Amino acid sequence: MEFMGYRRTNGKVGVRNHVLVIPSVVCSQGAAEAITRNVKGTIYLPNVFGCAQVGADREQTKRALAGFGTNPNIFAVLVVGNGCENLSAKELAEAIQPSGKRVEYIEIQEVGGTKKTTSKGRKIIKEMLADAAKLQREPIPVSELILGTECGGSDYTSGLGSNPSVGAASDLLVEGGGTVILSETTELIGAEHLLAKRARTPEIGKQVLDLIAWWETEAIRTGQDIRGANPAPGNIAGGITTLEEKSLGCIYKGGTKALEEVIQYAFPPTKKGLVLMDTPGHDIDQLTGMMAGGSQIAVFTTGRGTPTGSPIAPVIKITANAGTYKKMKDNIDINVSQVVQGKETVKEAGKRIFDEIIAVASGKLSKAEKLGQRDFCIFKIGLNF
Amino acid sequence: MAQKSKAIVINEKDNVATAIVPLNAGTSVSLASQGHSGKIKLLSSIPMGHKFALAEIPKGTDVIKYGEAIGQTTASIARGEHVHVHNVVSHRGRKEGA
Repeated sequence: MEFMGYRRTNGKVGVRNHVLVIPSVVCSQGAAEAITRNVKGTIYLPNVFGCAQVGADREQTKRALAGFGTNPNIFAVLVVGNGCENLSAKELAEAIQPSGKRVEYIEIQEVGGTKKTTSKGRKIIKEMLADAAKLQREPIPVSELILGTECGGSDYTSGLGSNPSVGAASDLLVEGGGTVILSETTELIGAEHLLAKRARTPEIGKQVLDLIAWWETEAIRTGQDIRGANPAPGNIAGGITTLEEKSLGCIYKGGTKALEEVIQYAFPPTKKGLVLMDTPGHDIDQLTGMMAGGSQIAVFTTGRGTPTGSPIAPVIKITANAGTYKKMKDNIDINVSQVVQGKETVKEAGKRIFDEIIAVASGKLSKAEKLGQRDFCIFKIGLNF
Repeated sequence: MAQKSKAIVINEKDNVATAIVPLNAGTSVSLASQGHSGKIKLLSSIPMGHKFALAEIPKGTDVIKYGEAIGQTTASIARGEHVHVHNVVSHRGRKEGA
């Protein structure tokens, strides 16, 4: 099974061919936006961090930003800094360099203001775009795909229809040699024993249980009650009573294959097959983590409806709620409500989703891309000082 | 999973069913999935997507959906009664007794 993708010089494969402008710090976000404004084929990241950060928090922000640069959907990168931030444009550019693509950096203080930075940046990205245009799509085995999976705005139809259907599509991709990322750790609480049982080794199974225990202990330590955030009010209105119920519906997305690996936030998988990335349940933090880990495409199930998309990757939205599909047709790509009504099997719906993944990976635009949805949010794990 | 029922039972171990259409109190719902058959008379109105009990669930016992515990009852729930946040509590991600 193949799709049409862009082969990069380091052997990785992209499903898009964007030129990316990354502000290394929130202060240069305006300049990054100005550089890409009305320039088709370029994107800037709405990064709100990059300064006054220390330790693991700074490392995580750097890893996520660099991961977007190295993601194979990106042809070339321009990093824009201000000049005095503690995550410098140079440091970030150097972290992206090993991917083998063209990476440049400029700084507002050095170039001399926003206007000069904008015109200098525009000149650079136009050169990059001219080179990007020369690259052609070619047939690529599906084993090169890293599929991100996500659910948001869940209701009763998520566990009954859309998540099992995505699970069937995940199984097809794993059977084809590809990689599937399951994440949102907090939404595994109550279902972790089922996932741990599917781990390739007892060590991996223990990692799953330890991860869940950490999140649960952390919630209790802070004196907070996860129930205040999860299930969310919309989940409860939609019939989900407890976090366990949400989680049991949630893990269907990962299909039925063995769990090969547990990875930390925004790290790339080192194994093919099903992997678990430790992320919060927060939709955009999670999506950002998976894309920073090299995922080129995602499937996103919803019951209540959600507009989410990624700046650098197609996100295919799927619902099994017929009413939501009707109301939010401009946001949702695939309707699998017939599964809940017993008129389509999970396997049939899974095949439809898999076929759409191949079509979108080969160039068909997802609805979130058509709408220009560019949601980006890094999972922050420390204070700004 | 062809069904004409207005409610779904996902696993044979489950003690709740999920309404896939809004159901009024007093309605008799036929169930024909996962080993459950016969009719259940609803004691409460059940919004679409919400759950009702297939049998009496005593106070302090597990509510089972997907064949797994999804929480414990805080009151005894009668057959045909709405099962949701007003009579079920999660035991995860919080201090016991909170």
